[in-house]
Amino acid sequence: MPRARETGVSNAVEVRGLDVLFEARGRRAQRTALAALDRGESRDALREASGVVAGVVDASLDVAEGSIVVLMGLSGSGKSSLLRAVNGLNPSARGSIGIKTAQGMVDVCGLSTRGLRRLRRHSLAMVFQQFGLLPWATVAENVAFGLSVRGESRARRDAMVKHQLELVGLDNWAEAPIASLSGGMQQRVGLARAFATEADILLMDEPFSALDPLIREHLQSELLALQARLGRTILFVSHDLDEALRLGSRIVIMDGGRIVQDGTPEDIVFRPANDYVANFARHVNPLSVLTARTVMQPLLSTAVDANGFAAEIDIDCPVGELLALTAKSDTPLLVLDQGAPAGRVDRKAVLDALAERMGSR
Amino acid sequence: MEALTDWLTAYRLPIGETIADFVDFLNTHAQGGFDLVSDTLEGLVEGATDALLAVPAPVVVVAVTALAWVLQRRIGFTLFAAASLLLIVNLGLWEATIETLVLVLAASVICMVVGVPIGILAAHRPRLNAAIRPVLDLMQTIPTFVYLIPTLILFGLGVVPGLISTIVFAIAAPIRLTALGVSNVPASLIDAGDAFGCTAWQRLWRIELPHALPSIRAGLTQCIMLSLSMVVIAALVGADGLGKPVVRALNTVNIEKGFEAGLAIVIVAILLDRLCRARAKPA
Repeated sequence: MPRARETGVSNAVEVRGLDVLFEARGRRAQRTALAALDRGESRDALREASGVVAGVVDASLDVAEGSIVVLMGLSGSGKSSLLRAVNGLNPSARGSIGIKTAQGMVDVCGLSTRGLRRLRRHSLAMVFQQFGLLPWATVAENVAFGLSVRGESRARRDAMVKHQLELVGLDNWAEAPIASLSGGMQQRVGLARAFATEADILLMDEPFSALDPLIREHLQSELLALQARLGRTILFVSHDLDEALRLGSRIVIMDGGRIVQDGTPEDIVFRPANDYVANFARHVNPLSVLTARTVMQPLLSTAVDANGFAAEIDIDCPVGELLALTAKSDTPLLVLDQGAPAGRVDRKAVLDALAERMGSR
Repeated sequence: MEALTDWLTAYRLPIGETIADFVDFLNTHAQGGFDLVSDTLEGLVEGATDALLAVPAPVVVVAVTALAWVLQRRIGFTLFAAASLLLIVNLGLWEATIETLVLVLAASVICMVVGVPIGILAAHRPRLNAAIRPVLDLMQTIPTFVYLIPTLILFGLGVVPGLISTIVFAIAAPIRLTALGVSNVPASLIDAGDAFGCTAWQRLWRIELPHALPSIRAGLTQCIMLSLSMVVIAALVGADGLGKPVVRALNTVNIEKGFEAGLAIVIVAILLDRLCRARAKPA
């Protein structure tokens, strides 16, 4: 079940009990398949029996405004199917997908063709693994695509394209044909095209998977920098845990069409829900995920004397920083959760936490 | 064995008769419609021919040469266009060449205007595609002479039966190649169009047609070449043009006349093919 960690922030996307079926021809086939899934029948059994492929089964998920949530899983786990249901590229068989718009929450599943088109033009934008750029058009024309589809004036379009190209560092390439760009540059065009519509919600379907590792890391940093400036809501599909840990404020792991765990990067790595999740996390370096939240010893009483501590740190402080701080002083650090004292960290706690996780590898 | 053959031939199926009756039926009951089509097309073709022939030949040669340069920007091809057209004037085949050119262009324009929309529909509707495929196969494989006869009866002697037969023969190319181009659009491009909120119409104009353009262009050149190959057959039912001297040469066993007219047809083919191609990108 989704956790309401970001209290006080409203959700941009709310998925409830979503099922996505493929190859289910007709209402009856769909009903039969859903009934079978409700009985707990496995995806494989369903496919054997009726040919229906269950892409997503009973998925519920919240994406808080301004956050990056990463959908992760092996191929065929349903992560892309879920993402594509959010903007209606995959039809949903059951459930609801609430999208926050200027007119309030809108359920994608109950929309007319027109309503869906409106939503896609104004509230949702998408970035694709295969880029999906028009090869016969220039870079500028591609960035302007969403704007021209919804009929923005030439002047507005040009201004927006110029701005977006500057953001992704391609302002000198506006008139270049797409084919003359490298893969990394092409995906920057894909990002600029998605950001250009000013949609609040961005859907990213393994946008960096087709790029080589160095470029991929580079674009991840650029995405984080862009996100820091623009503060959009991003639902990101990845099969790479390192990428997920880097980008995600929350990670949702899928297996066989179902969500098996939904938590913070630390939850996924140190408190995996099952072996499938643990397998993903096996090779993760604890230095890159561990924070004060896991390392600290909770305070027994909230009445603390601030003088007994060397410094105050936030609960999301990475372990690397804790290591540096505790190395300098024998006095413990005070951990604050939203400004309130929550725990203490000393040198031994840091070393114990690291030793425990390093040892288990 | 003989008894079986006798039995098989005793009750001959009236296939030919049925079709002949059908053509007769059309001829008696829909004569007005066919006459209207015939008169309109004949008027258009003859009007265009007369208009082009009213211009002095050297002016047309200069215009076509200029067009060759503008479209292709290649010295060699431009020189070839000028020289080959002057050769046609020299051989006294100018009038016949213009008549053929108009016939071929009229057939190609009609084929594209009708064929491209059908191709688009076929690409979007697999069942329609499956339904028209055997019809297109039939139109391309049935010997031209066979449907030349009914078109002759329905539309009367002259340029129109030749034009209609040419269209029947050539229209399969633009239909097939348009359908191919449109149905080959990569899924990621269709997804991108949908994800940004394209209407079906926007998807067609912004994604499918631009992607299919090279294929549609190939359909046009093929259509022109197929039309050109019908020139001699069109001449058999009374169409004017370069086919006429060929037919006449065949009847009188006249080698030189036949070759000269044949050469002119080849020249027209090369010029049209090169003019319609996409310009080669400068390296």
